[in-house]
Amino acid sequence: MNRKPMTLQRQKLLLDIVTYSVLVLGAILMLGPFLWMVSTSFKLPADQFGHSLIPPTPTLQNFQALFAVDIGYPNLFFNSTYISLLITAGQILTCAMAAFCFAVVHFRGRDLLFTLLLVTLMIPAQVTLIPNFIIFKWLHLIGTAVPLWLPAFWGGAFGTFLLRQYFLTVPRELVDASRIDGASLFQIFWKVYLPLAKPALAALAIFTFQGAWNDLLHPLIYLPGVPNTTLTVGLAFFQQQLILGGKYTVLMAGALTSILPLLLVFLVAQKQFIEGIALTGVKR
Amino acid sequence: MEAGLKPKGRERLTLWLMLTPTLIGLTFGVLGSILATLVLSFTKWDLLTPPQWTGLSNYVALFTDQKFSRALLNTFKFSALYVPSVIVVSLLVAILLNRKIRGLGAFRTIYFLPAVTSAVAAALVWNMIFAKDTGILNAIIGVFGGSRLCWICSDHILTSVLIVNVWGAIGEGMIIFLAGLTAIPREYYEAAAIDGANEVRKFFRITLPLITPSIFFMTIIATINAFQAYDYIYMLTRRGQGDSSFPVIVYSIYRNAWNFFNYGGASAQAIELAILVIALMGLYFWLERRYVFYE
Repeated sequence: MNRKPMTLQRQKLLLDIVTYSVLVLGAILMLGPFLWMVSTSFKLPADQFGHSLIPPTPTLQNFQALFAVDIGYPNLFFNSTYISLLITAGQILTCAMAAFCFAVVHFRGRDLLFTLLLVTLMIPAQVTLIPNFIIFKWLHLIGTAVPLWLPAFWGGAFGTFLLRQYFLTVPRELVDASRIDGASLFQIFWKVYLPLAKPALAALAIFTFQGAWNDLLHPLIYLPGVPNTTLTVGLAFFQQQLILGGKYTVLMAGALTSILPLLLVFLVAQKQFIEGIALTGVKR
Repeated sequence: MEAGLKPKGRERLTLWLMLTPTLIGLTFGVLGSILATLVLSFTKWDLLTPPQWTGLSNYVALFTDQKFSRALLNTFKFSALYVPSVIVVSLLVAILLNRKIRGLGAFRTIYFLPAVTSAVAAALVWNMIFAKDTGILNAIIGVFGGSRLCWICSDHILTSVLIVNVWGAIGEGMIIFLAGLTAIPREYYEAAAIDGANEVRKFFRITLPLITPSIFFMTIIATINAFQAYDYIYMLTRRGQGDSSFPVIVYSIYRNAWNFFNYGGASAQAIELAILVIALMGLYFWLERRYVFYE
């Protein structure tokens, strides 16, 4: 009678030990590169290859070096910010409208259209890249930020899918009640669904902003020159230059400051972020 | 009473206006572009002189092009290792983080951090970590008596690229699996416990079958990501950093179009990439009917 609870308890204890060991070890591996980045960015160039995690002589000179004229960090930072914000605005607006139509409204060809949209999620972006580039080249827009943010206003399969999943969870009774009150289609979208979908909209906003901020391929193609490009491309460019100049420490300072805004947003809006991903996976 | 909203009269106009951006994007941005890429793939075009119709020659060239064969092989090798790795590791993390333990929030945050970070910024520090003579990784290996490896040379580049890409993808996978795991009714485990099932048995008999939809979903996402993996690979293997080189299809498309102005050839490669992804998706959905369990 006494044996079974004992073994269960021991089993649980063993499981706890394994769980914590694996998780802590994993956490070190996940965090390691970040710690190294922070550590190196506060080191003197003379100490950059030393293997101590604590900088022997902590310094801020690497962060100051980012503001040197030839790097033009503030400009890159500004470019990344406004481009990412425009992309986010475009996606939120157009995806929310489409998602509402697909989730709530009944119209002919709806399911076919939605399926088509979902299928395009699986098409590699590289397939559409070349014709888009050619069109923007014809329009003389290469070297400007327009090709980066304009397509965000054409809607997007991922955002539409994400928001539709959320809209589907809104009780249908709300629509009926609004109808009885005489609300129009657009009013139901604007006054009922949008306010209710704030968590999902926030999730999509963070996703989109993050994706835009971290994008490498598109800015590399549309904004290849350094003064007016984005932070991501700028960093990739300075990698070679700074490494040749033996300034890993400045590179790390640049890398750290480039991810800081995203890390802050993530820490503040973690819940939305995680719910957003969870949303895409649960309901099919 | 039928569920849903039926537009009446002028509301039909509202409906289609609301759908207009998406319809434009779908028609021109995606479907039109695919068609254009397809047409371009049968031409030779540098954007400066008029395009020349060359029939299937771009595709024939793909079969004889040594560089592209390498890129293709690399992409397959990378995907074949990446997809199962991401699934196994993030499922393991999710299972551990689904237990009632202390510091759950902190652990979830830590495991998710790489997923928020830009691949470019992360790759810069990984480059330092991997460096042969100065890197911390070889220093740690040295402590345990191992010899220095050149992580970003051709011998080990696949391993390095894999480590960094999996590191960056665990967070997303973890969340998707956590969502699947929390959806499993507790009663199943309670019933199994009464029957005296141990943890291993519970995992294989209850957890695994019930999260097959999440595994299926992750397989799709990971495959799409693997075939389009670009930024980490680009950053880790660029010239000027030893003899690292690991061309993949996406890199090949980029080089062909934007370095060699061979838009026709690049288009053919893009079409080939699309065909491969679509074929794999077809295979997955065929397997789904047999192996994925929906309640």
